[in-house]
Amino acid sequence: MSAALQHPSPRQARLRAARSFARRFRRNPLGMAGLFIGLALIFMAIFAPLLATHDPYAPDFAARLTAPGWNYWLGTDELGRDIYTRILYGSRITIFIVALVVFTSAPIGLLLGVVSGYFGGWVDAVLMRITDVFLAVPKLLLALAFVAVLGPGIVNAALAITLTAWPPYARLARAETLAVRNADFVAAIALAGASPWRIITRHIFPICYSSMLVRVTFDMAGIILIAAGLGFIGLGAQPPLPEWGAMIASGRRFIFEQWWVAAMPGAAIFIVSLGFNFLGDALRDLLDPHAKVRQ
Amino acid sequence: MTTKITQRRGAQMLQKAAGFVRALASLALTVAITLIGLVALTFIIGHVVPIDPVLTVIGDKAPQEVYDRVYQEMGLDRPMIIQFLSYLGEVLRGNLGNSMVSGRSIGSDILRFFPATFELAILGIIIGVGLGIPAGIIAAVKRDTWVDHIVRIVALIGYSVPIFWLALMALLVFYARLEWVGGPGQIDIGYAYSFSRVTGFILIDTALSGSWDVFVNAISHIALPALLIGYYSMAYISRMTRSVMLEQLNSEYVLAARLKGASEYSIVVHHALRNAAIPLVTIVALSFGGLLEGSVLIETVFSWPGLGNYIAQSLLGGDINAVLGGTLVVGTIFVFLNVASDLVYKVLDPRTRALT
Repeated sequence: MSAALQHPSPRQARLRAARSFARRFRRNPLGMAGLFIGLALIFMAIFAPLLATHDPYAPDFAARLTAPGWNYWLGTDELGRDIYTRILYGSRITIFIVALVVFTSAPIGLLLGVVSGYFGGWVDAVLMRITDVFLAVPKLLLALAFVAVLGPGIVNAALAITLTAWPPYARLARAETLAVRNADFVAAIALAGASPWRIITRHIFPICYSSMLVRVTFDMAGIILIAAGLGFIGLGAQPPLPEWGAMIASGRRFIFEQWWVAAMPGAAIFIVSLGFNFLGDALRDLLDPHAKVRQ
Repeated sequence: MTTKITQRRGAQMLQKAAGFVRALASLALTVAITLIGLVALTFIIGHVVPIDPVLTVIGDKAPQEVYDRVYQEMGLDRPMIIQFLSYLGEVLRGNLGNSMVSGRSIGSDILRFFPATFELAILGIIIGVGLGIPAGIIAAVKRDTWVDHIVRIVALIGYSVPIFWLALMALLVFYARLEWVGGPGQIDIGYAYSFSRVTGFILIDTALSGSWDVFVNAISHIALPALLIGYYSMAYISRMTRSVMLEQLNSEYVLAARLKGASEYSIVVHHALRNAAIPLVTIVALSFGGLLEGSVLIETVFSWPGLGNYIAQSLLGGDINAVLGGTLVVGTIFVFLNVASDLVYKVLDPRTRALT
């Protein structure tokens, strides 16, 4: 035991680090709230058919625009569909878009940024100028322009958001790479005969992971908001899909009388994006090396 | 002896000036490359459109020879690079092309819609800076107290709330239920023709009309969108101010000032804030750009006749040219805001000045 304490194996060390991380994370109430919201969203998406009280698509004109009550917890929309049920199913679309964007834009940005920082020279100059151009246009606007040519729809919306979301990751990964590019350990690996590709994927990528994770968590909130904005303008998910932004758009006509049609899905967007921001804040406090210096 | 010193000083100043000119030149080059890249981006987006631009001009019933002629007239048979260069030339001359729907010049359309957006953004930034910077400073000074928690949570809510939804809810509460403010649009229909649109800024135009009622009505209409945009920018500015100020307050020179016996007020105002002012310039500039973005959704909800609404309407009408023109304009403003904040940075921060 004492020997293990002095020289923990990598696995033990990792386990210990994870445990201490979990302990510190539990002390952050907002972070815990964010984690809870994120898990609740996933739970809702998986068990939507079990949790639903009505059919998300079938119109029921007798019940149209019913106020929230015993039968319809969050009221019904203009076609008499239960809003609670539609929000449940809408969580699947939200998760789908967020996952698609994150799993494409973060790797693209990571690769471009690390390559740019590691090789430097004209590769760096060209890649960073391209990044600058993409960063020069506000995200929502660029996504709108892409959707305008790609056509509306969930996958196209996710694609458009991806095209706008990668540059900050590239910047971040480049900065992390520049910090370690000339470090002794990289020189040692290179001397040992490792190819640039191996150095990048095995040794530089892992260094970027924690700051990337923080950024991804914050970005999830942004992605949800942009996706909802696209849906609201009418360029994201198309009816009858229960996308939250599109649901707000259809409730806009009834906002002064049947306020719940627009209010409920918006509250769902708000809560979920707030959750991811809480989570991002907590993770940053724990993981970001720059934040640690400040404490 | 003295002449030697003046000579040396002169040479130093010359060197400094040369360095400054060189820095300016490299900045100008970067900006030029970014702007050309921006034009290239919109060009590429415009050319992957699955819509055939010839068909939108002649309709799909025209015979083949008409199609071929128009195809050539529009220059579509030329190589891509030539097409791009001519597009670039047109953009540089300020010609953004014509709307595919109305046929009007996009440049003049944008000029007509821009003042309304600009006015909202100015009011928004005034609110954002006026509330956000003090809130951020107080939160940093009173770190981990309830004041700090409130500022952080208010900011996080601003980050997380879908702005168009908040706008709808605000309309519901303050316009429909409480009747404190005017509804969508810039002014009540009854007043629409009682003033002349000279500047395009609704508050200035109605003030110039000399009629108090019209002016008050315009204020009641602009209040809600301006406050919402202001909240949106306040969220960003207060959060950033807090983190910049925390960084300054935890640095060693503040510790030194404390040891010297400087008062808390003097430390915050004379030491930390002066150093924080430099990054704050960038933050405010960036948030101004963010407001132009937020205006797309806010203006849609408030039927505000600005650039954002123009872009949204063009999107729905399938008017790609107008969308790209608007994107190009906002992107260019963004780039110049960045440059301006960079320059201010250089002027304010002696360290970056020494480096150039």
